[in-house]
Amino acid sequence: MTAYETVIGLEVHCELATASKMFCGCPNEFGDEPNTNVCAVCLGLPGSLPVLNAMAVEYALRVADALNLRVPERSVFSRKNYFYPDMPKNYQTSQYDEPITIDGWLEIDGVRVGITRAHLEEDTGKSQHVGVGGRIHDAEFSLVDYNRAGVPLLEIVSEPDIRSAEQAKRYVEELRATLLAVGVSDVKMEEGSLRIDANVSVRTPGSPEFGTRAEIKNLNSLRSLLRAIEYESDRQWSLTQAGEKVVQETRHWDEESGRTISGRSKEEAHDYRYFPEPDLVPVEPTQEMRERVRASMPELPAAQRARYIEQWGIGAEDARVLVDVPGLAAYAERAVAALPGDSGGSAKDVVNWVRQEVLAYINETGLSPAVLAPEMLAELVALVAAGTISRQQAKDVLAESLRDEKWPRTIVEERGIAQVSDEGAIADVIDRVLAANPNVAEEYRAGDEAAKKKKWGFLMGQVMRELKGRGNAQVINRILEQRVAGE
Amino acid sequence: MSGASRIADDVRSGARSARDVLDEHLEAINRREPDIHAFNAVLADEARAAADGVDAAVARGDDPGPLAGVPLALKDNMCTRGLLTTCSSRILEGWRPPYDATVVERVRAAGAVVIGKTNLDEFAMGSSTENSAFGPTRNPHDLTRVPGGSSGGSAAAVAAGFAPLALGSDTGGSIRQPAALCGVVGVKPTYGAVSRYGLIAFASSLDQIGPFAATVEDAALLLEVIAGHDSLDSTSIAGPAPQLVAGLDEGVSGLRVGIVDEMTEIDGIEPQVRDAVRAAAAGLEAAGAKVDTVSVPSATYGISAYYLIAPAEASSNLARYDGVRYGLRVDADDVSHMNSATREAGFGREVKRRIMLGTYALSAGYYDAYYGQAQRVRTLILRDFERVYEQFDVLIAATSPTVAFELGAKTADPLAMYLCDVCTVPVNLTGHPAMSVPFGTGDAGLPIGVQVLAPALGEPTMFRVARAIEQAAGR
Repeated sequence: MTAYETVIGLEVHCELATASKMFCGCPNEFGDEPNTNVCAVCLGLPGSLPVLNAMAVEYALRVADALNLRVPERSVFSRKNYFYPDMPKNYQTSQYDEPITIDGWLEIDGVRVGITRAHLEEDTGKSQHVGVGGRIHDAEFSLVDYNRAGVPLLEIVSEPDIRSAEQAKRYVEELRATLLAVGVSDVKMEEGSLRIDANVSVRTPGSPEFGTRAEIKNLNSLRSLLRAIEYESDRQWSLTQAGEKVVQETRHWDEESGRTISGRSKEEAHDYRYFPEPDLVPVEPTQEMRERVRASMPELPAAQRARYIEQWGIGAEDARVLVDVPGLAAYAERAVAALPGDSGGSAKDVVNWVRQEVLAYINETGLSPAVLAPEMLAELVALVAAGTISRQQAKDVLAESLRDEKWPRTIVEERGIAQVSDEGAIADVIDRVLAANPNVAEEYRAGDEAAKKKKWGFLMGQVMRELKGRGNAQVINRILEQRVAGE
Repeated sequence: MSGASRIADDVRSGARSARDVLDEHLEAINRREPDIHAFNAVLADEARAAADGVDAAVARGDDPGPLAGVPLALKDNMCTRGLLTTCSSRILEGWRPPYDATVVERVRAAGAVVIGKTNLDEFAMGSSTENSAFGPTRNPHDLTRVPGGSSGGSAAAVAAGFAPLALGSDTGGSIRQPAALCGVVGVKPTYGAVSRYGLIAFASSLDQIGPFAATVEDAALLLEVIAGHDSLDSTSIAGPAPQLVAGLDEGVSGLRVGIVDEMTEIDGIEPQVRDAVRAAAAGLEAAGAKVDTVSVPSATYGISAYYLIAPAEASSNLARYDGVRYGLRVDADDVSHMNSATREAGFGREVKRRIMLGTYALSAGYYDAYYGQAQRVRTLILRDFERVYEQFDVLIAATSPTVAFELGAKTADPLAMYLCDVCTVPVNLTGHPAMSVPFGTGDAGLPIGVQVLAPALGEPTMFRVARAIEQAAGR
């Protein structure tokens, strides 16, 4: 138990993966040549006017259903006015006092984190500062790429309900999985599809008052999120303990130094002069639109996890990994479906292999599970269940199978490593070994624990040698038990 | 030369060539433009090419459209592809739009020949066309006087016979007031009736493009061409353009006409203007209309609300002129100083004044008292007019409280200049249509305009009444 409590609220900016931009027909593509996906509208040329992309609204409604958000009958776009070279109109079309969704929640490990609102807004362009240091102040000149200007964003604002860096990370993970599941974003933090600002304050545990908060920007990964919150809460608590005041301000996370650095303070912050966007009409989603969205909603991560836990008898952590890694759950489902009914292999076996060997392979190669053949894994699990190969052997077989896209049975045959599991054949060998060593069985029965262990090992070794190491240890054990210890 | 309808008929039938029509107008421009300065740019070469295109179409047996070969002047705040579009501001120096405004596409598709880009008060902010970075336009009826504004160039071009038709934009009276002062017809259509796509914004919730013409019929003809839904403007009204010309002469018998007290019987109105409104009303009555006076009390607050809402929107709309992407750039050590140096050099005094006003009206702590209050007043004015339209089909009022005033008379007193709009701003706030029709002349032969107002989408009735007033005026 730490001496203080951290209070965190997160603002997550999610780029919506619509085909075109928010207010014009330009492609919404990441990574194209600078200033190629632009037109009069997203460049804010004089005389141009915005037209709202209906898909952006539909995506917002999908998120509303997934995050238990309410959709008011109408919402309004507003202009957020401030000067910045990467913003073509020097105002951002956003939503202010009448957002498209309000009052929702997301459950994280049994705890509900409130979501204040999720609203639509347009993204800005990207500045590149050329010269010493790459920062605006010491740049020789700056270049602006407006390809991103006008890309639709959904800003999802949480209540200050989060109490630790770890919980903040879990919230983002769950949010990411949910946004991915409902198909509104590719949620790639490294490409900026998901960007996070964290509002952090500290207080004595149990205190009803919130401390003064700082808003941390530039959190580009879950790791930065964790580190930044931990650093910032420690910093604030140290200040408080030293009798100093925490200043309400924007701070930037510096990955290299592992510190948050003061930006401009909120007192001298911009006055954004929000007012209703006169070039757009209020958004009033129809009942049909809402129902169509609802009918097309996929299973959400929480429900999916619950289903795996119940149907497959797997643990919560296994279920979480399956759902969180893109494509992994679909791969596992197909492998389970491909498992022959009489193989003796279970869904749980499949999941174990998926979580360990398959996941390791994916992490190592960066491949998507979608390119792997789940039927191959199903065959492998069946081979292990039938005793054809041991678990240890199966690891090698799977590695080769994944790498060379080869069926496990073919690999087993090529390598000639199939186990001898045939009971009759094994019984014959055991009988020969016992006949050749007539005293051993007697010595085993008469001996103490240590002697028993020694004799058993000797017999196992002899049998395995006869079987050239390919005997199924479980079968040998069972028959040896009958012959030596049993009657 | 004659009216637009006549020219179009003659060109379509082959009786006259579009090229001949154009040359006559270019000649008129050559004669008087140096004195009047209606244009920022006369597009003689482009217009000749367009006229030849129209003639070629006629020769092929194609119909070039209802405006075949009619020269048309465009206010220089409407985007023309590849051609300088200035808003009469230095800030847009050298900028050539990569696209045409929707209205420009539509008039061209109807066979009109764009003859030039007309002068305006910078960014359409003003009532005399004296706030132009390129010098004032003069009233063709008296060169010592202003043509009104902000569409003064378009009004003067029609009045001087430079073009039978022109387009202007009306945010607080910028079509109707210069129409009145120059003795031509000027129409502000219902908000959303004409696409704003390609109109460089002053105050988006108030701006509306509309026609200038010598006659009510020609104005109706042009409005039919430019109105109708445009998917590029989210505030555009769904549905086709209204039919106006066909019903023009159906008369006003039985129509209920109200004379708006607050827009006629006001302080500072010239008696000659008030008399003209009364005379027009008498003319309508003689034609069978039922005329009464009516009060719209909240209309009095129109100017106050307007001069908060319009600058507020303008302060945001004009933020994009920062020297980064197009137009003027004044270099400085860093981006924010470059922004301010550019804006300092590029904007004129009135534009700066309104940006300051608007920024203040929207700022934290003042928003509710200024912008918020103005929006509430706007709602109140709308309700008042809607209530009045339960009892009246159309309303009439003065357009401008005065006839054309002398250049420089009001430039030192912004408030006096703002009061030029006292009779015109209420309908911009309500979004309703209104138009100014010439009704005789007053002292020194200066034209007087009478304003006709109608409820939303009431253009067909409004034009019928305007036509009746035109007839009563003996034209």
